[in-house]
Amino acid sequence: MSDKPRKQTRREFIADGARVVGLLAVGGTLGSLARRGEAQDTVWQIDPDKCIACGNCATECVLTPSAVKCVHEYERCGYCELCFGFFEDRRIGDDEGAENQRCPTGAIRRSFVEEPYYEYIIDEPKCIGCGVCVKGCQAYGNGALILQVRHDRCLNCNECAIAAKCPADAFVRVPADRPYLLHSRAQAEELEQADRQGQKYTGRPAANGRERRPTTGNRAE
Amino acid sequence: MRRASAGVVVLLALPAVVLAQEAFPPPDFTTGYQFPQITTPGPREQIFSYVDIGVLVLTLALATYLSIWKRSRRELVVLVIFSLAYFGFYRKGCICAIGAIQNVALAVGNADYQLPLVAAAFILLPLLFALFFGRVFCAAVCPLGAIQDIVLLRPIKVPGWLESPLGLMPFVYLGAAVLFAYTDSAFIICQHDPFVAFFRLGGSTAMLIFGAAVLLVATVVGRPYCRFACPYSALLRMLAPLARWQPYLTREECVQCNLCADACPFGAIKAPTPTEDAPPRRAGKGTLAGLLVLLPLLVVMGGLLGWASSPVLSRLHYKVRLAERIWAEEQGTVEGTTDESDAFYHLIVPSAELYREAGQIRGRFDTGSALLGAWVGLVIGVRLIAMSVRRRREGYEIDLAACMACGRCYESCPLELARKRGDGVQYAQDKL
Repeated sequence: MSDKPRKQTRREFIADGARVVGLLAVGGTLGSLARRGEAQDTVWQIDPDKCIACGNCATECVLTPSAVKCVHEYERCGYCELCFGFFEDRRIGDDEGAENQRCPTGAIRRSFVEEPYYEYIIDEPKCIGCGVCVKGCQAYGNGALILQVRHDRCLNCNECAIAAKCPADAFVRVPADRPYLLHSRAQAEELEQADRQGQKYTGRPAANGRERRPTTGNRAE
Repeated sequence: MRRASAGVVVLLALPAVVLAQEAFPPPDFTTGYQFPQITTPGPREQIFSYVDIGVLVLTLALATYLSIWKRSRRELVVLVIFSLAYFGFYRKGCICAIGAIQNVALAVGNADYQLPLVAAAFILLPLLFALFFGRVFCAAVCPLGAIQDIVLLRPIKVPGWLESPLGLMPFVYLGAAVLFAYTDSAFIICQHDPFVAFFRLGGSTAMLIFGAAVLLVATVVGRPYCRFACPYSALLRMLAPLARWQPYLTREECVQCNLCADACPFGAIKAPTPTEDAPPRRAGKGTLAGLLVLLPLLVVMGGLLGWASSPVLSRLHYKVRLAERIWAEEQGTVEGTTDESDAFYHLIVPSAELYREAGQIRGRFDTGSALLGAWVGLVIGVRLIAMSVRRRREGYEIDLAACMACGRCYESCPLELARKRGDGVQYAQDKL
């Protein structure tokens, strides 16, 4: 009977030791992992250089309508009268009739700026993220229309349903404080500078031999 | 005429696209036109992630207090409903401790993924609490457990011959989830989460039907996902028996009424062993020796089977599937292209580079699948040994690995009820 309390204490001591070891091991691993970056939250975004505008963004998102919407990068746009992101290939006229438009929901608003330039604005609440305008702009235009995950809608699922089905593997995790991958001139400059210095630019995935559309040098300013 | 001019435009535009120059020059506006601003609405502020961690700590602490100290099921149920509302419907069940396993595996396997603090906190804190207090996370914090607990109406006992093999599934699921997350192939826990479609109030038909089916089963089988699927439970099961402050039935002398074992919907209370039933010690030792020899054989066999299934498992990775498709197209064994191969050709990356990357991924899968197979073999072997070792129980014992700290047992113990009413002896927590 007098042995029992001692055995209990020894077992308790070993158990305590095991707990401390377990704690340190787990805590240490996670601490080292989390400290590698700023341990910031990541969000999903589409790499517009990889996107082929297949249409999965509209159908695979867990939300209806999708959290992905078309974004117009105005600084890359040609402001053409005959915009192929706006107009269908096969159409019966060059007016803004619904039968002539690519967009199935009429989410692009076309307005005259000055001769011969027309402005195209995306009406976001109507956009379903199907990407037909993006495809037209990629094929015939400057690629100024791109699909982007809109973070006022996106739930930021740990496993993005669209990312799992993207045929171009265009979904990447980006830091939450730089949640958009636009071709803006500033971002392109930052990227090129990082490449020159041989550094990693975390705002955008590495180029890896992929062609990049230069946005500097083409603009007369 | 228009079609011809469109055709000319296309012809002019094509080489421009290939050379990555902009097809249409920038407009020179003369009217002082200003480019509209591109709106960039941001995601949820980072501060709210810290709020989530804070709520997690508070609910874990409260669950511990209510389950281990105050021992009050009624208040625990209120906490269950709160957790369901906050972590379930408000946070839409994401990020959760179960899924965070994958984030950790991804971070370990990929240097360019930084583990977010919230993922580290969500996986670590419930394990920490389990190490000290048992599965209080399951009791009243996990939203998946909460939703199953809420719908439980008439629990039926799962027979032992079914419970033992099914109880291995969480370990297998854990191994598979870690493998696929480590190789950045898929987050299978998230893909097969039965309840997230309800939390999000939206999802594919398949997800909704699956979730409804699991909930239907959960009305009669206590917490089926927790007991037979949840990969996080595999970790909790290993840590909970080490707890310092454990859930207990009663300090009073047990009258062996069996009400507690009856009340437990999860089969976590073991009745005392009848003294006449013990098999002769020599036969028992023989079985144990045999199983100990069998264990390394199972591990090796599992490893070999795992390694053999590596090609199949590796196809879960996008690049491996793509490489196989591109190879088939280059060899001419398939006709046409798919969206995936079209997208690849659009990238102007040499296929040799793709094959190299896919080969590296396959290499990772060869090792990883072998390890997964060995892990499954180990788990089966250890379970067989555990089943063969018969422990003598003189009273009713809580199986801490399976106990969800829900409090149903001591709510049904007549001695505990008497104590609370003041008829019995008041005793303090002597382990404090």
